Amino acid sequence: MQAFEYASPRSLQEAIRLLPAQWGPTDVLAGGTDLVSAMKDGISTPQRLVNIKQIAELHRMTFSPRAGLHIGATVTLRELLDDGAVQQHYPGLIQAAEAARSEQLLNMGTVGGELLQRPRCWYYRNGYGLLALRDGKSLVPEGENQYHAILGNAGPAYFVSPSFLAPILIALGATVQLHGPRGARSLPVQKLFVTPTRVGQREHDLAPNEILTEIRVPYRPGVRTAVYEIREKEALDWPLAMAAVALRQEGGVLRDPRVVLGQVAPVPWPSPEAERTLTGKKPSEDLADAAGRAAVAQATPLSKNGYKVQLARIAVKRAILSAVQQGG
Amino acid sequence: MRKKRKLKSEAGALTRRDFLKGAGVTVSGGLLATGAVTTAQAAAQEGVVGPGPVPITLRINGRVHRLSLEPRITLLDALRDHLNITGSKKVCDRATCGACTMLMDKKPVYACTVLAIEAEGHDITTIESLTENGRLSPVMEAFWKNDAQQCGFCTPGFVMACTAFLEKNPNPTLEQIEKGLGGNLCRCGTYAGIRRAVLEAAKAMKGGQANG
Amino acid sequence: MASCKYDWPAAGQRDAIGKSTDRIDGPAKVSGRAKYTYDINRPGMLFGKMLTCPHAHAKIKSIDVSPALKHPGVKAALVIQDVGSEIQWAGDEIAAVAAVDEATAEDAVRLIRVEYDVLPHLVREENLSKDGDRAKPAGEQKVGDPDKAFADPEAVISEGFYGIPVITHCCLETHGNVVEWRGADSILTHSSTQNVSGIPSQLGAALRAKKINVQDSNIETICQYIGGGFGSKFSIDRWGVVAAELSKQAGGKPVKLMLDRDEDLEVAGARPSYFGHVKVAASKDGTLTAWSSETWGTGGPGPSGVPPVPYILTNIPNIYKKHTSVSTNIGPARAWRAPNHPQACLMTLAALDDLAAKLAMDAMEFLQKNIHLAPSYLVNTYQQELSKAAELSEWSKYWHPRGDKTPGHLKRGLGVSLHTWGGRGHAGSCNVIVRPDGSVTVQSGTQDLGTGTRTVIAVVAASTFGLPVDAIQVEIGDSRYPFDGASGGSTTVGAASAWTRRGSVDALNELFAAVAPSLGVQANQLEARDGRIQVQGNPSKSLSWKDACAKLGAKTIHTVGKNPGPCNLGSVGVGGVQVADVTVDTETGKVKINRLVAVQDCGLIIDKLTAESQVYGGLIMGVCYSLFEEKVMDQTIGRMLNANMEFYKLAGIGDIGGELIVHMMTGPGYDERGVIGLGEPPVISPGAAISNAVANAIGVRVSQLPLTPRRVLAALAKGGIA
Repeated sequence: MQAFEYASPRSLQEAIRLLPAQWGPTDVLAGGTDLVSAMKDGISTPQRLVNIKQIAELHRMTFSPRAGLHIGATVTLRELLDDGAVQQHYPGLIQAAEAARSEQLLNMGTVGGELLQRPRCWYYRNGYGLLALRDGKSLVPEGENQYHAILGNAGPAYFVSPSFLAPILIALGATVQLHGPRGARSLPVQKLFVTPTRVGQREHDLAPNEILTEIRVPYRPGVRTAVYEIREKEALDWPLAMAAVALRQEGGVLRDPRVVLGQVAPVPWPSPEAERTLTGKKPSEDLADAAGRAAVAQATPLSKNGYKVQLARIAVKRAILSAVQQGG
Repeated sequence: MRKKRKLKSEAGALTRRDFLKGAGVTVSGGLLATGAVTTAQAAAQEGVVGPGPVPITLRINGRVHRLSLEPRITLLDALRDHLNITGSKKVCDRATCGACTMLMDKKPVYACTVLAIEAEGHDITTIESLTENGRLSPVMEAFWKNDAQQCGFCTPGFVMACTAFLEKNPNPTLEQIEKGLGGNLCRCGTYAGIRRAVLEAAKAMKGGQANG
Repeated sequence: MASCKYDWPAAGQRDAIGKSTDRIDGPAKVSGRAKYTYDINRPGMLFGKMLTCPHAHAKIKSIDVSPALKHPGVKAALVIQDVGSEIQWAGDEIAAVAAVDEATAEDAVRLIRVEYDVLPHLVREENLSKDGDRAKPAGEQKVGDPDKAFADPEAVISEGFYGIPVITHCCLETHGNVVEWRGADSILTHSSTQNVSGIPSQLGAALRAKKINVQDSNIETICQYIGGGFGSKFSIDRWGVVAAELSKQAGGKPVKLMLDRDEDLEVAGARPSYFGHVKVAASKDGTLTAWSSETWGTGGPGPSGVPPVPYILTNIPNIYKKHTSVSTNIGPARAWRAPNHPQACLMTLAALDDLAAKLAMDAMEFLQKNIHLAPSYLVNTYQQELSKAAELSEWSKYWHPRGDKTPGHLKRGLGVSLHTWGGRGHAGSCNVIVRPDGSVTVQSGTQDLGTGTRTVIAVVAASTFGLPVDAIQVEIGDSRYPFDGASGGSTTVGAASAWTRRGSVDALNELFAAVAPSLGVQANQLEARDGRIQVQGNPSKSLSWKDACAKLGAKTIHTVGKNPGPCNLGSVGVGGVQVADVTVDTETGKVKINRLVAVQDCGLIIDKLTAESQVYGGLIMGVCYSLFEEKVMDQTIGRMLNANMEFYKLAGIGDIGGELIVHMMTGPGYDERGVIGLGEPPVISPGAAISNAVANAIGVRVSQLPLTPRRVLAALAKGGIA
């Protein structure tokens, strides 16, 4: 790891002042499991690290039926899991966070950091950049792409968005608050994620001198949620496909379904096709299966990841069935 | 790794050699436990410290250690290389395998990706603290008696993870054990023994509580 | 009455032998007190780091370490491979530095400048037709008349393709050493090694080749604890020699040079791959008649090793086999627990399982029917083990013809495999020391990899002296103690039990001689039991152990136990049978282990606890390589993509599934063979057993390990019941 200067400000404004306007020289440190590892790998080489864990306002979590759930960026995944209101009103969030399957990661990892963690693409992690370029050409299409994207993968980005939480947060209509030198802005979680199209562009709509401060999740009584993920290992591992579902049942039919896939595209991948399939229909295994098929109808698998199409389809189907089977 | 960059300052580097000569000062816990703001925190309020060595105070197993470390030094390396506290192992070095597991304010963390400087102001507990009176803890005893170890390199990390897990889950099911210890890896294949050990330790710890 | 003076005691008189004894070093390990090489911090110690080559195949054009040497805090720097050297794999060592701390050493490595001429490379070998002139014949053999046997119109023939990729050792403690000079001509190494006694001569020879003069006798190697070896840590390795050179350059200061995890995964151990097309034939009643295989594999730049096929059933009357070794630019192969056997086992037992399915025969029956084709000394063992495994796995209840017809996406299946290994104790020795105060010490330059060497020594000595196990002080892991062989090939427990026994019996006889006059009998009328030296059959005439030893006066008994030696204390050749019971989710391709059954013979067991742990460990390691492990190489960049423990996947505690049942074959017919090693055998069968179970569940063979969702779904797409 290269040497760096370090600051641990107590206020958000102080933290923002410590961040420069371009990427590279400074990184924001929260849980650190991803960033410190990336620094050891030489993927991130900041000259300055700004630890935001001592900023009290980033570490609050509140819930009210009117305002919904506000999660400070540095609330840890464990704190999220242990929160009574989250347990009661947001079972899908609990399911998603539990997928981390490592108590150590749950204790260290923050909700903000979970959303902003960098992709696991092994070309990226081996130093070939987000676009996995070598001599201007992506290594992915003809390389070891078994864990890469099957949707939104027309290139040049082929990595998959690694966030466990983003799909369910999007399904729940959550927003993030970002603070920068010119004040605050709010984005739907979906808009936080972008597919880079050129070298140097990041996969998040976040300025180098902005800090993600809070995640706001609306309270939607009567909405049933579920997350289903498939991976190789039961222990700590990355999902091969993940689906988050939020829907209501009214008069025996499904209303306002949201279906968002994870780990299959450079961004969390909402599926309006699956949602259309479900809307106004009576839930059944066949319907869930049809929604799964609709969700992957546009998939364009690479040479070694065709199996992920099937996994994504099954994840959607099982998440829908799981959501439907829940009470409330 | 091909990139290189000059450090801003090399001055005052506390080297390993200095440590071994005794430059790493250790004082007993009581003296500094209420010492309010520690040095690095004080500096941070004014701005930025490093990249050269920074005074860092760590509270480990109830004892306070004053060190001078670059901000890039991890908690794991600080203990292993600068304080000769070597029970926690360096294995994956990337927050995956759990061999470096320590407790930070009673919660298990991967010390390989915690910076020492971030650990200031927190209570750090390592495997060494569980036998300070020379006796094995119930979890250690159960690991030993169930042969939940072979080469033993993952074992301290597992013992720490189990200790924290059982605090939170005194009556664990097998499924909870499998989820709760999913952040630790063993290569020799001792999981069968570990499953038995955790169940037995849970029983032993409850027995201990019941007896006062 | 024993016919030979060192013989193992008869059943009923073995004290701790064969019972479960807790590891004597267990408390040190569970408490974190055990000091591994990585934990050694010596006064004034420097940290070594190496610059490694980013190219899979290249020639060094220029190299300059001087900027590193000028970096503050750097005490030594050297070129490992100089201009003109041809590098054969990415991650190979090019230059090294030693500095006051690890971070400074890393900074200094970044300052080293190297230019390469990049050469063409090959890092993926699974497609033999693309391997070109990298593929070299590595043996062809014909027995009987296979062409005729396959041409027999009555023959039932099964053909298949099977494969198992390169995997790595992934020892949790990476390879490395702490090396220091003690004066101008003496070296101390702390080494993470399976070969404590062998390291000094390796290091001495390597240094003398570099004109650094040091005698082997002036090199001491210590390894009290080692964080995994599995066959990858027999050598001082180039980085150990480099540490010695760096130390010398730095005035003798200790240099700790441990590999980083990515270096370790990339260069410090590969198990050769094995791919092949197999054709097998049987008569309609299921009797095997012919085998034909064309196989290939890679072990890096060197030869791939030649797995012994057909495995176990070596006496198939008609055999044709041909093997091709593919030279690739990956890190070189090292012995991986049971070298060549897991590969041969998968290739053979999977092919036979497919044939049994084609014959519509129960796989267990098929093996019983053909087991006479195994080496004769194992036939009886296998027959018994197959029956036992069938019983423990509830085979007759859960096995079904290929393809679980239960509705739904969860399919259950059973698979069986069998294996063998030699495991004769290696050559080695120990000191046995009995002092007048009654203390007993056994010393040997052996090592305990976690297999229980220390405990085995203590159990054998204690049982010989009639003492409790904790009365024995065991001192190992230092090359100043008597020589012992490397711990490889399951040879250590056989050796250590034998040399301990011989040394202890001799020591006891010396003690008897010293004590006999005071008990008024001949020495040969004495026995050691329950902490006393007593007249045989007359416990009233006895002395406590302590009082007996006091009779030594000023004398200390010191005997040397050796192996090999008189009397038959060990043997060679064990058999084992394993059954896997799995459930496959045919929608996700995910394999879940319901139950693994291991039935294993290892002759006379010394410590049941650690013996069973070896088998559990073998099963679990087997789950790792059956379901997850693969060294993923990228052909374009020539590098390992998963040189980390996130994507080089090891099973976690939740991945081993339900029950693990271990049954050791002991008692008459087994115990009298004496001690045979157990480290390798149980890791051989899981690949074949699990692969066969998956085929039984889903009705189609998944041709290659690991059995990931990707491969299982691909197989299902081609057929099967789903």
